[in-house]
Amino acid sequence: MFKGWVIAVASLAYIGLLFAIAYYADRRADQGRSIIANPYFYSLSLAVYATAWTFYGSVGRAASDGVGFLPIYLGPTLMIVLWWFVVRKMIRITKLNRITSLADFISSRYGKSALLGGLVTVIAVVGILPYISLQLKAISTSFQILLQYPEMVIPRKSSAVAAMQDTAFFITLLLVFFTVIFGTRHLDAAERHEGMVAAIAFESLVKLVSFTVVGLFVTFGVFNGFGDLFSRAQADALIAPLLSPFGGPAVSYANWAWLTVLSMLAIIFLPRQFQVAVIENVDEKHLRKAVWLFPAYMLAINIFVLPIALGGLLSLPHTNIDADTFVLILPMAFKHEGVALFAFVGGLSAATGMVIFETIALSTMVCNDLVMPLLLRLKALRLAERSDLSWLLLMIRRAAIVIILFLGYIYYLVAGEAYALVSIGLVSFAAVAQFAPVALGGMYWKGGTREGALTGLLAGFVVWGYTLVLPALAKSGWLPNELIEYGPFGMTLLKPVELFGLSGLDQITHAMIWSMIANIGCYVGVSLFSRQSAFEHSQATMFVEVFTQTGEPGHVWRGRVSASALQTLLGRFLGPARAAELFSTYARDRGLASADELNADAMLVQFAERQLAGAIGAASARTMVATIMQEEPLGIDEVMNIIDETSQVIAYSHRLETQQQELQQVTNSLQAANRRLQEVDRMKDDFISTVTHELRTPLTSIRACSEILADNPDLDLHERQRFLVLIIKESERLTRLINQVLDLAKLESGLAEWHNEALDLREVVNEAINATTPLFNGRGITLDMHLPDAAMTVQGDRDRIMQVLLNLLSNAAKFCATAAGEVEVRLILEGSNVRVSISDNGIGIDSADQELIFEKFRQAGDTPKAKPQGTGLGLPICRQIIGHLGGRLWVESRLGYGSVFSFVLPVNPADAETGISP
Amino acid sequence: MTKRILIVEDEDSIVASLEFLMQRKGFQTLVARDGISALECLATFRPDLVVLDVMLPGKSGHEVCRSLRTAPLHRDIPVVMLTAKGGIEDADEGMNSGADEYVVKPFSTRDLLARVTSLLAARDPR
Repeated sequence: MFKGWVIAVASLAYIGLLFAIAYYADRRADQGRSIIANPYFYSLSLAVYATAWTFYGSVGRAASDGVGFLPIYLGPTLMIVLWWFVVRKMIRITKLNRITSLADFISSRYGKSALLGGLVTVIAVVGILPYISLQLKAISTSFQILLQYPEMVIPRKSSAVAAMQDTAFFITLLLVFFTVIFGTRHLDAAERHEGMVAAIAFESLVKLVSFTVVGLFVTFGVFNGFGDLFSRAQADALIAPLLSPFGGPAVSYANWAWLTVLSMLAIIFLPRQFQVAVIENVDEKHLRKAVWLFPAYMLAINIFVLPIALGGLLSLPHTNIDADTFVLILPMAFKHEGVALFAFVGGLSAATGMVIFETIALSTMVCNDLVMPLLLRLKALRLAERSDLSWLLLMIRRAAIVIILFLGYIYYLVAGEAYALVSIGLVSFAAVAQFAPVALGGMYWKGGTREGALTGLLAGFVVWGYTLVLPALAKSGWLPNELIEYGPFGMTLLKPVELFGLSGLDQITHAMIWSMIANIGCYVGVSLFSRQSAFEHSQATMFVEVFTQTGEPGHVWRGRVSASALQTLLGRFLGPARAAELFSTYARDRGLASADELNADAMLVQFAERQLAGAIGAASARTMVATIMQEEPLGIDEVMNIIDETSQVIAYSHRLETQQQELQQVTNSLQAANRRLQEVDRMKDDFISTVTHELRTPLTSIRACSEILADNPDLDLHERQRFLVLIIKESERLTRLINQVLDLAKLESGLAEWHNEALDLREVVNEAINATTPLFNGRGITLDMHLPDAAMTVQGDRDRIMQVLLNLLSNAAKFCATAAGEVEVRLILEGSNVRVSISDNGIGIDSADQELIFEKFRQAGDTPKAKPQGTGLGLPICRQIIGHLGGRLWVESRLGYGSVFSFVLPVNPADAETGISP
Repeated sequence: MTKRILIVEDEDSIVASLEFLMQRKGFQTLVARDGISALECLATFRPDLVVLDVMLPGKSGHEVCRSLRTAPLHRDIPVVMLTAKGGIEDADEGMNSGADEYVVKPFSTRDLLARVTSLLAARDPR
């Protein structure tokens, strides 16, 4: 049996622990040694998304819809993929402008419009209040259930209502106390609440562990693991339908899709999520880790939802136990007090975490975007003339916390029994989803205007109220049911749940479709037909291009004001001491001795406005700064000029970039040219050393033979003759070599003289064959030739072409086996080319050598048996000649099967035109 | 006893001169036209000295010389290296590969003969 005090002490002890953690984290932050400045704390604090609604409600939904509870968690998991692009941009904008809340964010984008900020605040408060009261309800219900242990009684309004209201009241008081202490430590709402973030991260851990413990208890303590649980569920005719892929009959694809979209938007635009993800972010880099840590958390906390739901349905059949309470009831049913108490603490942490952060976020909005702008406008209060308003700010913010929490409590008292847990959460989600078009649109579309945002938001909000809130009120009996059944004034077309005849959808899907159409339609439509003020335009540019801008954001103030007036203004809201400190730091950063030397230039005005914005919101800050300076309003033309100048600077820097790229390219090609030159230089050295070597060999012979002749006068005539012949042969070789080196040098340098004329290639080939016939005959080689009948005219130097032909023919003779040798010469027309091929059945050329032989001094077949004859310059010279004449020389060969040397030359252009063809 | 000289050279005209010079001195000669066949005929011909050209088809003179210096039976045979190049590095490489003498082409026949005879005499003090 649980005594009430045991549960109360456990709850108090738990909240006491939160106090301790928050206090410690705040103290560390004051010492400059933050404990939350790491991605793990950031990711855990994001998990404030999982509320009592997750903790208790998911199981309830799973018990009726199977896996239908999943979209609420799939949405954030999908959305987080985009975080690096969306939330990082939000963080950047927020930090640069010291934005304090979602309302501040939206109002800043549309020209710091106080009206827009106020509207966002109202929507947020109206939309979120039920969600807060839901958490309070969850806490008190679970408290009451646990109190009845071991009886399992679902508290009825009639029996336990008084006691529950007491519980809820005390819980509310406790939360007010905690939130006021840790939520309003700093006046500057743009600063982080480190203690609270640490506490929330801790709470996220507690609820995960607690839920997992219950899950393990049900799966492995009550049942024999997942297999047992699921097979027994499958066997039960009532439960089995829940296991179908889309979870039960009530859930449609449209519902899945819209719930996913809804929760994708909620993970960004719920005020508490904006608070933890954007305002409390320490470092944009933490997003990188959160991108996988947060989905991992979501996965972990969802693993046991279905097992607990199935376990509850199987263990407690035919009872009137509410599935929303399975997490708590199941351990009680099996008499595990410890687990039950721990489950209660888990639910408590899920609920308190949400309430605390939601309240902080809402109170900042209420203070900065609703109350302050109003108060500052009320001339009767003469607030603008007071010297110190910082106390007022703190008071407003604390009062806002108290009021919001107690409104939540009152809402719970009045309407607490009206809906199921899940639908309240979804109604809130749908409310904050209305912020998405203006906020996202504002971040990526410069054209969105203040008027567009106002109408869009208002339209979305009205449709939301009409399609979701009205039916809820009617169901609670506060509005006539005919309104829902037949529409207002009996107009069925206006039925809130089947607006304009759209039927067959569930309520949330229906409401989302209509509210989004109204919202986006009005936002875009009105934006297109309205004009931005100059200031709004500069804010829009600053939001959309926050990543490409450098330096301080803000707009150009043109007006006159003194530095001391600015300091006094700041002092009134932040306290004189803090203002003096800020100003002297600012002066020191600019190398000035004291704040007295400061000039009230645009930079200083912006600085002051931003500091002020951190405390009272952007819209109010702008109003306040405007009151003390005689501003000359900036015309749209002047702003356009500024923008033009900016774009000129951008264009100039683009040009510089292009030039730099061009320079880089030039450098690259110079380096490449240099490498080529070095290569050529090396080749030249090689060439010279090869030529010298080739010269030395005949010289050696000549010298040796001559010395032999000189030293041996007694040589017989035959011997003498032998050495003389050697000397002559080697001298000829030397001459040939020198001639060819010179020839090649001339060809390569382009100094060779060319006597080009139209030639009939048949004649030249004939002549070359005649000249080499003795060579072939002498070696016993048969020579065949196939020449066409028609003339084959090309443009060329007769001697040079002859040189090529003679070289190729003598090569063929040289490499043919004597006696069995066969050489064939062909001349054919190939399109616009004349082709000459000389084939032999000699030793052939290895494919590896086929290109090598056209290089200088490279001869194929440096084999032991047959040292090739010749200078090694013949083929390079031939290739130079044919290349010069616009043709190509190549070889096809297989080792051992002979070679075919071919070259093509273009047909003489004059003949080609007359269309000569064979 | 007649000294045997192995001539390793691929240029016919130079071979003719070398053969004549050596035979005129009364040596017995054998010509190998590339490095591999030179190494093959070491065992059968058992030369007292090798005249070795550096620029050979296939295996270079340096490689031949190094192989010769690592063969237990032939490592003491004197080697006269002929090269068409004359750079310091070539000389170094020649010496490193173990040649006893280094003669740059075009060479003086008297100089070559003098080196060959002195190497043979140093090996055979009789």
